[in-house]
Amino acid sequence: MTKTATRPTSRVPARNIETHSAEPMSGANFVTGLIVFSVRSLKHSFRDAESLLMAVILPIMLMLIFTYVMGGAMDVTGDGATSSAQYLSYVLPAIVVTAAGFGASYTAVVVSNDMTTGFMNRLRTMPFPSVTVLLGHTVSSMVRNLMATAVVFAVALAVGFRTDASAAQLAGSVGLVALWILVITVVFAVLGMVAGSAESASGYGFMLLFLPYVSSGFAPVESMPNWLQGFAQHQPMTPIIDASRASLNGETPGNEWWIGILWCTGFVVLAVWMAAVLFPKKVAR
Amino acid sequence: MTYTNMPLVEISGLSKSYGKHQVLNDLHITLPQGVHALLGPNGAGKTTLVNILSTLIPFSSGEARVLGLDVHRDRKKLQGLISLTGQYAAVDGALSGIENMVMMGQLFGLSRRDAKRRSDELLERFELSKAAAKRVATYSGGMRRKLDIAASLIAGPQLIFLDEPTTGLDTRSRQALWDEINTLAAAGTSIFLTTQYLEEADVLAERIMVLHGGGIVAEGTAVQLKQRVGGSTIQLHDDAGHIIETLPTQGDAADLAQQLAAISQQRPEVSVTVRKPTLDEVFLELTGARSPSVSPTTKSDKKEVSQ
Repeated sequence: MTKTATRPTSRVPARNIETHSAEPMSGANFVTGLIVFSVRSLKHSFRDAESLLMAVILPIMLMLIFTYVMGGAMDVTGDGATSSAQYLSYVLPAIVVTAAGFGASYTAVVVSNDMTTGFMNRLRTMPFPSVTVLLGHTVSSMVRNLMATAVVFAVALAVGFRTDASAAQLAGSVGLVALWILVITVVFAVLGMVAGSAESASGYGFMLLFLPYVSSGFAPVESMPNWLQGFAQHQPMTPIIDASRASLNGETPGNEWWIGILWCTGFVVLAVWMAAVLFPKKVAR
Repeated sequence: MTYTNMPLVEISGLSKSYGKHQVLNDLHITLPQGVHALLGPNGAGKTTLVNILSTLIPFSSGEARVLGLDVHRDRKKLQGLISLTGQYAAVDGALSGIENMVMMGQLFGLSRRDAKRRSDELLERFELSKAAAKRVATYSGGMRRKLDIAASLIAGPQLIFLDEPTTGLDTRSRQALWDEINTLAAAGTSIFLTTQYLEEADVLAERIMVLHGGGIVAEGTAVQLKQRVGGSTIQLHDDAGHIIETLPTQGDAADLAQQLAAISQQRPEVSVTVRKPTLDEVFLELTGARSPSVSPTTKSDKKEVSQ
């Protein structure tokens, strides 16, 4: 190498990083979008310590109250005998479903926040499928609620729940309940999308949270007054909870299993259709 | 095809209405690459126009092309070349600064690694490196704005839309942001910004369009706009500082000397000031918010408008 006086090479100006892409950015594909937003929503969930705590504590409280406060007084088999343990195995699916309802209502709030703060507006001017934002919230809600479900089962076992159901029956029982959790999650996501604010979003969803109470979930439908029996018998919660309970306790559910799946499918299709129609029109101003 | 050589914006016959409310009425605009400001009062339709050009909302009739691409038909391609920074910071408060940036980069199609590298560079440049790992919820308004704009630069857009970028910022943050925007423009990024302040348009933009009542009522440089509104005036004050008379003047030395000579003969006791219309007065006049005569009650007028 020849020895020449080397001038210090002119530094690349630190500020000059406006490297324009010659070609338009391709944008994320559906799968990348879904992963990015699922991770984002999960971070939201796990960083919001208070609502995470609520999601776990609430179902435990519900279960302990129903088992120990009500359980001793409830005759759900109609044989005149009452016991906490018996009621626990009766009420368990309803508690999971009720708790999941509270957990899913959080989805309405976070979706509404995204829709009304201008966050979604920017995303919509970007070259990727922006509906993955909603799906990300759905995935994270499922993860959160299935965790809460696991906690409920763990506590149930701790306070004396026993079953001789097969693994397949347990999977069927949990699977049906999980399907219903998906239903309320997407319904809440749609509510969050159409509602004008986060507060009204969770307000709209409140009705949904009462559905399990007016079903066979906490007390047999036959024990209700006549005028209520019609609704209680034919609303979606009753077949879903009946089927889930039967499987959970080692019995073979009848038609309720299929009726429950039909209800869930119907709701999911309806919610997805509403999202597909309404989502493109919703622009925060 | 190189998008850097295309006209920035070509709009013809563009109209937009919400129900019966006509927001934009038969707009015709052609802009070269560069920095352009859309000036107008609240409700003039600035955000609507930005939202249309950035592919966010459809329009009722007409045609709109940005960087030579039809905002409707070539939507996806156009989205890969632009970014929108809206009136409200579109950053996620629960995530950290760097997480926000990387997320945006990935959504534009950058690999995680590239997104991370670009994020580090941009955060450093916007002096947010120290706060990069902190949750955005803890940021000040000025920091959020800076992060918002940094995030919109993650994929090196050819054109950025800034909708009222400094609304709600204090003077220092505003100044800092102006510097950043000017740096960006100097490096060749085209900018389309909206503002309610002629001063801001003057500092940032080469050309200013004044939007009012759904149409462009004036355009040009800040100097041209000022000239349009009218020339300087000579104001005569009494001892207490009250204006007793206002006389129009050409503003050049010859005219001033002549007029002052006349005044000094008739009323040697008055004090005299020569004043040009302020930017606020120009703005208010162009947007028809006040009568054309220059009056000293501008301040109270302005209050009414800004409410």
